[in-house]
Amino acid sequence: MATAVTASRHLALGLGETDLVAMYRAMRLTRLLDQRMWQMNRIGRAPFVISTGGHEGAEVGAAWAIDRRRDWIRPYYRDLALCLALGLTALETFLGLFAKAEDPASGGRQMPGHFSDAGRRIFTCSSPVGTQFPQGVGLALAARTLGTGAVAWTFGGEGATSTGDWHEAMNFASVHKLPWVCVIENNGYAISETAAKQMVVKNVADRAVAYGMPGVTVDGMDALAAYEAARDARARAARGDGPTLLEYRVYRYMPHTSDDDDRKYRTREEIADWRRRDPIDRFAEVLDAAGIDVARRAEIDAALQAEVDAALDEAAGRADPRPEDGDRHVYATRLAEGLRG
Amino acid sequence: MAEKSNVQAVHDTLQEEFRRDERLIIIGEDVGVRGGVFRVTEGFLEEFGPLRVIDAPLAESAIVGVAIGAAVAGLRPIAEMQFADFSAPAFEQIVDEAARIRYRSNGGFGVPLVIRMPWGGGVHGALYHSQSMEAFYAHVPGLKVVVPSTPYDITGMLRSAIADPDPVIFLEHKATYRLVKGEVPDAYYTIPLGPADVKRAGTDVTVYAYGLMLHHSLAAAALVEREGISVNVVDVRSLRPLDAETILREARKTGKCLIVYEDNRLFGAGAEIAAMIAEEAFDDLDAPVMRLAGPESPAMPFNKPQEDWFMQSPEKIAVKMRELAAY
Repeated sequence: MATAVTASRHLALGLGETDLVAMYRAMRLTRLLDQRMWQMNRIGRAPFVISTGGHEGAEVGAAWAIDRRRDWIRPYYRDLALCLALGLTALETFLGLFAKAEDPASGGRQMPGHFSDAGRRIFTCSSPVGTQFPQGVGLALAARTLGTGAVAWTFGGEGATSTGDWHEAMNFASVHKLPWVCVIENNGYAISETAAKQMVVKNVADRAVAYGMPGVTVDGMDALAAYEAARDARARAARGDGPTLLEYRVYRYMPHTSDDDDRKYRTREEIADWRRRDPIDRFAEVLDAAGIDVARRAEIDAALQAEVDAALDEAAGRADPRPEDGDRHVYATRLAEGLRG
Repeated sequence: MAEKSNVQAVHDTLQEEFRRDERLIIIGEDVGVRGGVFRVTEGFLEEFGPLRVIDAPLAESAIVGVAIGAAVAGLRPIAEMQFADFSAPAFEQIVDEAARIRYRSNGGFGVPLVIRMPWGGGVHGALYHSQSMEAFYAHVPGLKVVVPSTPYDITGMLRSAIADPDPVIFLEHKATYRLVKGEVPDAYYTIPLGPADVKRAGTDVTVYAYGLMLHHSLAAAALVEREGISVNVVDVRSLRPLDAETILREARKTGKCLIVYEDNRLFGAGAEIAAMIAEEAFDDLDAPVMRLAGPESPAMPFNKPQEDWFMQSPEKIAVKMRELAAY
């Protein structure tokens, strides 16, 4: 009976076997890259890493609702699964990790995890996440004015919802009824500060009330639930009914970054408890119901592992940025002779 | 050829550009129904509609942040800060975001955005409607910061700012809005963002200025001319980029340099110009490089005696010109 209910879920959402396999691949690839990148940091080959572990279901679910032909995406630094689902590759991920010249996000200028890809309309990330929200609203404004049919998505953590920029963006988007989806991946911690130190309300979604906007709280450890809510938010935006605040309840398994030590602010038991709700493990039930069996998953896993290993070796051998290129792309064109700045 | 005031030049140029290019939008406070507190967008809402002329919530960070996103996604936004002083809440969006987006995306994204800011004192604007903000922004690579001061320059440089693929801070001295008038040709022309302009040729002293101080310096030059002092006045109408070639050439011409700026003196734009001359034209100087600028108070007082104390005037500038000429 439980299987029947699960089986009807993906079908009811209009997702076929190809979708499920691709979603699984994106989540698994994220997990494998994540583990390997953390390892690279610990053995001294990568100065800085941000982990996505625990967020994969929410991000891949959201990615499946995005119209890749036209939508604008403003990810934040914990959105590796989102970006991989949208087409980022393992090689590109490692080029960013090792800050290589060919890193597609920034040519090795930004920390790893600060995604950017003009071709896929993934707009460059900032480290202070709050600044991204008004810019995301601006992407939505342009989409409406130009009539492109695009919806703009802006991602961030719950900590960023305390910034003035977030509130200004929510207000602007609502007043102007823009095609915007604000996705908050609430993992309960902004480095060490619990959500209770960010807000008195129970859910981030409750904050939407002040802006006359729907606020939806979703179990982000369930990729299909994440997809369904994102799909509905996109449809609302595309209809011209305005923005939605979408809150995914997730958890980050690892410290904030490779420079953080989380032992001072949370227990090992708490982490273990959340790991039992792991989004990839839970997705196995969906795959079972769709008849994508364990043997097939093992094949996919092995292929992904080989891809990750090859990408790591490939990226490590690529060229570093050159010091003399440090002043490139300050402006679109070099300044004329005699001018300084 | 038509005679216009500075504010008329801003209005007319924006209106023409809005007619030429449908991608132009303006986002700001009171820019719609009210037509702007300085009447810069008078008639815009009626002509261009609410999708292009956007009365924003009173939140400057969002005005700039939204404009950044809109620029990236294909529009050509003008963000209006009602007063330059009010740009402080948008500082992060301007300095940490707009200025860096091309750089941090390694050329992937650019931000073709003009941020207009009425600035400067002498209008009883008190602490929050008088400020000089140019030094904060001119310090930042990735931004262009321009300060045109005549209707002719405003027209030509605003056209260039709108066409520029990078973020431009366009500073308009509010005291000159109606005070300064000048001829503007009917034929289309542009003035590039960068080159300085010698507004008055002279042989004894070179003065560098922009904004209201340019006009005060020109008035002071006329005063001391009767005493036989010939003053060369350079309009530093772009701070970033800064026209090193013209600045140094005009310094060598007289060997005596005075920089006049309205901002408080320490760490102001004049310090950079003075340092450049001292470093690179030292052998051609006949006197120390001098600066005349505002006092070290955190902002301009409302009352007239202290506002006058803060501001430079043609008389104060003439005193400094005489001192330098006699050196």
